[in-house]
Amino acid sequence: MAAPRTLFDKIWEGHLVDRQDDGTCLIYIDRHLVHEVTSPQAFEGLRLAGRRLRRPEATLAVADHNVPTTDRSAGIADEESRIQVETLIRNCADFGVPYIEVEDPRQGIVHIIGPEQGFTLPGMTIVCGDSHTSTHGAFGALAFGIGTSEVEHVLATQTLIQQPARNMRITVEGARPPGTTGKDLILAIIGKIGTAGGTGHVIEYAGQAITDLSMEGRMTVCNMSIEAGARAGLIAPDTTTFAYIKGRPMAPKAGAWEQAESAWRGLPSDDGAHYDKEVTLSADQIVPQVTWGTSPEDVVPVTGRVPDPAGAPDEGKRQAMERSLAYMGLKAGTPIGEVVVDKVFIGSCTNGRIEDLREAAAVAKGRKVAEGVQALIVPGSGLVKNQAEEEGLDKFFIEAGFEWREPGCSMCLAMNADKLEPGERCASTSNRNFEGRQGRGGRTHLMSPAMAAAAAVTGRIADVRELV
Amino acid sequence: MEKFTKLTGVAAPLPMVNVDTDKIIPKQFLKTIKRTGLSEGLFYELRFDEDGNKKDFVLDQPAYRNARILVAGENFGCGSSREHAPWALLDAGIRCIIASSFADIFYNNCFKNGILPIALPPDQVDLLMDDAERGANAVVTVDLERQEITGPDGGRVRFEIDPFRKHCLMNGLDDIGLSLQKSDKIEAFEAKRRREQPWL
Repeated sequence: MAAPRTLFDKIWEGHLVDRQDDGTCLIYIDRHLVHEVTSPQAFEGLRLAGRRLRRPEATLAVADHNVPTTDRSAGIADEESRIQVETLIRNCADFGVPYIEVEDPRQGIVHIIGPEQGFTLPGMTIVCGDSHTSTHGAFGALAFGIGTSEVEHVLATQTLIQQPARNMRITVEGARPPGTTGKDLILAIIGKIGTAGGTGHVIEYAGQAITDLSMEGRMTVCNMSIEAGARAGLIAPDTTTFAYIKGRPMAPKAGAWEQAESAWRGLPSDDGAHYDKEVTLSADQIVPQVTWGTSPEDVVPVTGRVPDPAGAPDEGKRQAMERSLAYMGLKAGTPIGEVVVDKVFIGSCTNGRIEDLREAAAVAKGRKVAEGVQALIVPGSGLVKNQAEEEGLDKFFIEAGFEWREPGCSMCLAMNADKLEPGERCASTSNRNFEGRQGRGGRTHLMSPAMAAAAAVTGRIADVRELV
Repeated sequence: MEKFTKLTGVAAPLPMVNVDTDKIIPKQFLKTIKRTGLSEGLFYELRFDEDGNKKDFVLDQPAYRNARILVAGENFGCGSSREHAPWALLDAGIRCIIASSFADIFYNNCFKNGILPIALPPDQVDLLMDDAERGANAVVTVDLERQEITGPDGGRVRFEIDPFRKHCLMNGLDDIGLSLQKSDKIEAFEAKRRREQPWL
């Protein structure tokens, strides 16, 4: 009898094109997402070498990082941003890549639109020149970020040269307490294992708190696998997954659907499969989480305090903590709930989906954004925006004083006009609180959409459980 | 890609942990459509203050201006997949990075650009960090074929590297060219996939 295999093992072995004697593998790539920032040099490389694109139909392109989130009728004001988007359009035309135009209602963040369109399916290998490609692992697909040289390699060969990753399983036992979300789970996980905790591994998330999550919540969890050091996160596909996919534009149609679903049902890890690393958390211990520092592992419960570097495990960490506190303008021991914010950003590939906007709207409804706070809602895609407007969520936000924007990556990395000024403090639903990430000198506190909405209406980091 | 066989040069110390790729090259430099000229953005916020004045960052100090090697703390290159990070390092003359650990995507991106990332146990990194802090006297030799680093005092440290990556780096091989030689296997895989998973 064959040895029990993990979900990762099954996908990996199912995509092996070649294995060299030295263990190096060539794996087949089913789907390739492309955006404007990490692709121009790859297309240029193809041109210089006179190479063709092997499977344009397995590729999907969209501009997301540079696009303005305000009125788009006048185009992109910043010249470099505009050139980058125009270059993508020209490359897609030259190489026959399907491209979703900025004006198209399907436009949005690459990791939001893949699942929305049914481009993302269980059991696939999916890559993109973007580290948050791990998002698609929520469907039980092996999805990971690659550099531009690898983007070129996939465009030319539809394969990648890879070494197999190790298996890691993180189990979150029990039911998620009220007021906590997928974001709180993943922040708690990163706080526990650290930003290098998953390096060299693919993380499979399991346990009741994970399987209870909607697809939106699962995508949030898998999205931040890279912040835990893992290139990919995985969640076994189940009826929640199949229900989400069925009927999407690029999903298998009747006839093919039954065959596909039957194959997908065989993907979950076998009983007794081996994991190189196992971590278990108890969901009932998890409360809303907030970051205090400049690394995603700098996590505290909203009821907690800014930690003291004196308690650091080693000298390197202590220095890093001192540096973080200075950058963030915080003192050790301050209750995190007393920290006042200037801006609020709700959006990104981590938390720009419809469920995220519903959770934020539930807090915003009937309240007002605090005096002096600027709060942005940036839907992850045009379809998310339309859906939110059909549900009337935009009205709750606008009446409360939030700005209702056009879709894109926006202030998650501030490549467009949305950014923090030096010293400004932001409650953000994005994924990275690195120095300068949201604008030079900007101070980022990562949290869930409901928590960010709570920060907007109170003007400080607040425990959302006291507002709902 | 330029071959990497043996490199002798000044090693610069960067004793920081979790150096992320946003720190190596911030977003405003990602708007380029070229691979070259990115050294102007390398470690931008560590090198320049808000008014654009130099802050005496290690790579700008006279002793390290010609550094070819960087010695850093754990989890170097974490965060974004941007290959602009190794492009910027390469553009500034850095061909080798020594740290106690690397983030996966960055590590991989280095090899695609002729940069050798070397992971060593923390105590050995600490010793090399001490060497690097000696300024222009910190001349270190990295011999890829022998998988050996020779410090300024002649002390030797062995390092591990995946044999295929070593082979590609030593010969400056083009990955795409290598993979295209396996076109028959790729086609056979695609034919099988069409039969077994027609919904794809």
